[in-house]
Amino acid sequence: MIAAYLVLLIPFIGIVFFALAGHKADTGKLNIRFNAVCLLATVWLAINVLNQGTLLSSGKAFLIDPFNVYLIVLTAFVGLTTSIFSSPYMAHEKELGKLTDKRLRLYYSMYQGFMLAMYLVLTTNNMGVMWVAMEGATLATVLLVSLYRTPESIEAAWKYFILCGVGIAQALFGTILLYYAAVQVGDVENSLLWSVLYENASKLNPEILEIAFVFMLVGYGTKIGLVPLHNWLPDAHSEGPTPMSAVLSGLLLNDALYAVVRNKMLVDGASHSDMAGHLMMGFGMLSFLVAAFFLHRQKDIKRLFSYSSIEHMGIMTFAFGMGGPLATFAALLHMTVHSLTKSAIFVTVGHASQVAGTQSMDKIRGLIKTQPRIGWGLLIGTVAIAGFPPFGVFTSEFLVLLATMHSYPWLTPLLLLGIGIAFAGLFRHVQPMVYGNQPEGQFPVKANLWPVMIHLGLVLWLGLAIPGFLAHWFSQATLLISGSTPL
Amino acid sequence: MDIEQQDFYTQAILSLAALVGLTSFLMLGQGRLLRLIFIFAMQGFLLTLTAALAAYSLDNPHLYISAVLSLVLKVIFIPWMLRREVIQMQAHRDIEALHNKTTVMLGGASLMVFSYYVLHPIVQTTSPVMLNALAVSLSVVLLGMLLMISHRQAVAHVVGFMAIENGLFFAAIVATNGMPMVVELGVAFDVLVAAVLFGIFFFHIRTSIDSLDVDRLNRLHEVDK
Repeated sequence: MIAAYLVLLIPFIGIVFFALAGHKADTGKLNIRFNAVCLLATVWLAINVLNQGTLLSSGKAFLIDPFNVYLIVLTAFVGLTTSIFSSPYMAHEKELGKLTDKRLRLYYSMYQGFMLAMYLVLTTNNMGVMWVAMEGATLATVLLVSLYRTPESIEAAWKYFILCGVGIAQALFGTILLYYAAVQVGDVENSLLWSVLYENASKLNPEILEIAFVFMLVGYGTKIGLVPLHNWLPDAHSEGPTPMSAVLSGLLLNDALYAVVRNKMLVDGASHSDMAGHLMMGFGMLSFLVAAFFLHRQKDIKRLFSYSSIEHMGIMTFAFGMGGPLATFAALLHMTVHSLTKSAIFVTVGHASQVAGTQSMDKIRGLIKTQPRIGWGLLIGTVAIAGFPPFGVFTSEFLVLLATMHSYPWLTPLLLLGIGIAFAGLFRHVQPMVYGNQPEGQFPVKANLWPVMIHLGLVLWLGLAIPGFLAHWFSQATLLISGSTPL
Repeated sequence: MDIEQQDFYTQAILSLAALVGLTSFLMLGQGRLLRLIFIFAMQGFLLTLTAALAAYSLDNPHLYISAVLSLVLKVIFIPWMLRREVIQMQAHRDIEALHNKTTVMLGGASLMVFSYYVLHPIVQTTSPVMLNALAVSLSVVLLGMLLMISHRQAVAHVVGFMAIENGLFFAAIVATNGMPMVVELGVAFDVLVAAVLFGIFFFHIRTSIDSLDVDRLNRLHEVDK
């Protein structure tokens, strides 16, 4: 359990340290070190869980089980690689005169603040604290979205703040209803602890829990970016600094979905109806299709990929909603590969827009000629996210498709159609950007593409063969969520 | 259910619920920012009263802490901060012309009916008093949203946002005698940070579009035109 406390303590020290020390030349590197130490702590935690099974801290405040431990490691990993990217990127932005030392101090301090909020969402056993941490993640990132202080970025941040704040208030109402149902059956002291709720799920009042779930889905669904609550997402992703887009897309959306799934497990235990699952399937499918169409109408490169995030979150929500071991396994795998691929893409997109000096896709041309590594990185990343074999996204989407054919065959055409439309939407924009002649006066920038290569390499590996321990892990989590294993 | 047969605590809670609902409607129709903030502080005071009453009647000392938290945050600090910002930015003189006031009010009334409808299944397991309290809190949440939709001033949006928080707080006290302490402190912390951030945002919005009218925040579109 010491590892879990370490995982929370390190980013907390980071917040205080960066806030007090201010921004200096080596702050970016220090940020990398903080994240690296944190990754080591999460790996230690994962090894503990692997050896001892589910861990519950002595005060029952923290719960580490196979479902959240792999997300914790993933969070730390993406946090580390993004910080490796962010160090030269932010230095370059400062050279361009877009940022000052004071704002960079805020940036690095809140980077750690965001990481702390993410770890707290994942590790806590208390549904109320989960809500507090989720809101904390919004508060930590809202000033980062408006970091450049342009009118557009302030508008995006305001929208993000208001929409997510109001949205997540619904989740708190859901949590209060959940607590209300729980105090009717159990002791008041521990009634909001997930482990206690899960044990007593069958005794909870199903009517109240179903109402509560609707509020939770709307609340956390705003954070997942489910249509029609998605408006903040493309704005916040496109106007904030690129490292923020990478962690928002790769981590925040996952954690919000994690919160919904935790609640779904409780509702399923209480009601034995498919109401929660069907709601998630409907919202997921709608988000998936709407986002696939919107991909075609974008002009800003970061907005393009944020719509792609909505599309993929839609698939995951759909798959978790479908339930069943195969779909759940696929959704867990998709969470992992989407995080890795999407954060890699945002890293290359950040460099690409620094090369071209703009985020407008009409003006980004000939990336492969100017800087082959960025061009190829973007192309391969897009191939991976569009679901081509042999990348991991293909595997997980294929499994979702199989599960759909098995349980809801009439939804298969819609799914195939959406995947096709999304593929076309991505490639009509990406192809002219990477191929073709470069405009005059376009020069390579100093870029660190190791994070991209590592991420895409891992996604490729997951597509070819899922390592045994990871497959075992996914099966354990699937067993926990759906009640049986697919393997 | 005859209200005179209920004990004192239940009667008081029902009256307070009605008053909290009433303040929400008052805010909905208010175009002057300073008055809006004053009504918001009144609502905060009613919440403080509810928490203190519940703490006293149910002999639940941790609710006193909730009462103090809500007094400091929602009656003193946030209204004071908003008032100062409004006066600093000279926004207190302009009266916001509210369009379709009647429709908005009718909409508010139907939201209240809707809240009762949504929460009606709860009656099977609990007293009708609880239904009233929960339905009023849900409608305060929804009326807060309607307030944000119908007003254009950024300050009014913040008041709506905080009113939503008030609705949740009321639900937590009445239905479950407050959330566990750690959660309540966390929520209060989030509200405090949010209030400070809103202050920073007023400044940024003011410097970027030279107004606090959020209708002018219209540069970003879903698809490019």
